[in-house]
Amino acid sequence: MSSLRVNNPGLLTTIQDDGRIGYEKYGMPTAGAMDILSLQLGNILVGNDRYEAAAEITFIGPEIEFYENLIIAITGADISPTINGKEIEMYSTVYINKGDILRFGTLKKGCRAYLAVSGGFDLPQIMNSKSTYLRGKLGGVEGRKLKKGDILQVNINKGYKYLGVRRIPKNFIPYYGSQYTVRVIMGPEDYRFTGKGIETFLNSEYTLSNQCDRMGYRLNGPKIEHRNGADIISGGITLGAIQVPGHGEPIIMMADRQTTGGYTKIANVISVDIPYLAQLKAGDRVRFQQINIEEAQTLLKEREEKLLKLVYDFEKTTKKVIVKNSINLKIRSNGKKFNVGIQEIE
Amino acid sequence: MYEKIKFVPSGDSGLILEVGNEISKDINKKIRALGYCIEEKKLDEIIEIIPTYTTILIIYDSIKSSYKELVEKLNDIEKSINNIKLPPAEVIHIPTLYGGDYGMDLENVAKHNGLTRDEVIDIHSSPNYLVYMLGFTPGFTYLGGMSEKISTPRLEIPREKIPAGSVGIAGSQTGIYPIDSPGGWQIIGRTPLKLFDPERNPSVLLKAGQYLKFEPVNEEEYHTICKKIIEDKYDIKKTILKGEE
Repeated sequence: MSSLRVNNPGLLTTIQDDGRIGYEKYGMPTAGAMDILSLQLGNILVGNDRYEAAAEITFIGPEIEFYENLIIAITGADISPTINGKEIEMYSTVYINKGDILRFGTLKKGCRAYLAVSGGFDLPQIMNSKSTYLRGKLGGVEGRKLKKGDILQVNINKGYKYLGVRRIPKNFIPYYGSQYTVRVIMGPEDYRFTGKGIETFLNSEYTLSNQCDRMGYRLNGPKIEHRNGADIISGGITLGAIQVPGHGEPIIMMADRQTTGGYTKIANVISVDIPYLAQLKAGDRVRFQQINIEEAQTLLKEREEKLLKLVYDFEKTTKKVIVKNSINLKIRSNGKKFNVGIQEIE
Repeated sequence: MYEKIKFVPSGDSGLILEVGNEISKDINKKIRALGYCIEEKKLDEIIEIIPTYTTILIIYDSIKSSYKELVEKLNDIEKSINNIKLPPAEVIHIPTLYGGDYGMDLENVAKHNGLTRDEVIDIHSSPNYLVYMLGFTPGFTYLGGMSEKISTPRLEIPREKIPAGSVGIAGSQTGIYPIDSPGGWQIIGRTPLKLFDPERNPSVLLKAGQYLKFEPVNEEEYHTICKKIIEDKYDIKKTILKGEE
């Protein structure tokens, strides 16, 4: 049974969950959603596990035709989504009828949108993850971005038929601009830079270059001065690490980063700011602001508590319906034929 | 090696244990012991332990344990590491077909070092190579222990595609390509073993802290092993490292 068809793939649409966790010691990059907050909000809206795989849509959205009644949600970048030509609400559950067509239009804010479906996509797990790792050609759909004609299955049985209309509260919806002050924790190799170098890093504006992708963001701006060369003995690289190679311009390491590297890392973007960074595009500008690790970990804890509360509130206020059995009946009345679906619910 | 390990944050979810600042067997041994002890403790907040040349990077869930709390726990573990008896190191035997179409640069390496091809094979297949770390691409091992007698610079023009399993030399380093990839290493042979196979569990054959030994095989043996691997009947030869590490 098929659930939906990709009529047009858009620019770069890949399947992503929270990534391949626990395999970096084998040299396996994690991949996973660039904007982990939007992924979670999408899944919460459709009643999934928060880290279930969704489609990550970049810049130009796909056209998707649904073959079944489904519940979906679109979060992240605003790429003007429509169903059968009618604008739909983002950050809200959307009920899809068989035959509906989802299209996207103008990119208004951010650059990565997420399409979550109730029940999740029925795709194989490779190293405990459905995430697409493009360079390694694995995960997602055959290790590649979606293409025209792809047919995806949804785990209908795990999904809901009805869970009310869930809406993410306004104050929880992230605002994406074209400038952002990214908070960082200094190190691990900040001692390899001169005082002037650190000063430059923390007081300058950097522009995202054209070389920004899921692996990393190359930034243009004032050169950061090293004390004594940019090379170190190869070590591990965390999400959001800011490498400064010999040329002095920073590179922020993102979801598809390699696991190890030999360039000095001046600082690391804090976890709660990565989703905002994930929504910036070439030409957008960033500044860096130093905070301490206790503050960063408190912010992460607060975000987690807010997400848990959101799930709790939805569970309490929206009625969920799981279909146990369904029967299709063919009825004739006054010479006309009718198909009638009857569903037994819990 | 440092007297005492250094703890350094790498963002709010990473913690680096720095053991020293050079590539050495002793540092690797300490990293292996530390990694082993940390793993044995099965701390709930630890998501992953990634050993490298001079450090261990720990990815952790800071909601379960703050940086300070985790450092305290790791400090306690470090104190106990001298009493730990490590399991003996394993040697993984890598059947390798040297030269010909499978090792088109064997001649280069021989010429560059004023040796015969057989001498290169002999020198390359003698040592037990220590796997210091994995990284770069899935399953790629950073090996130590190659003889300077066969060191050869990289090709001036890298090749567009080097098949998975190719064994190469770059400067005084040797390694195996786990997946088809472009590269500039001098290719001296190929192993039929799959270092990386996403469909297999575990997907990666080798681990940091193990040793590798290249075992020359002839073309017939190579194809026999290939066949056995396809039929899932090949048992990888593993031995215990004899003598001092």
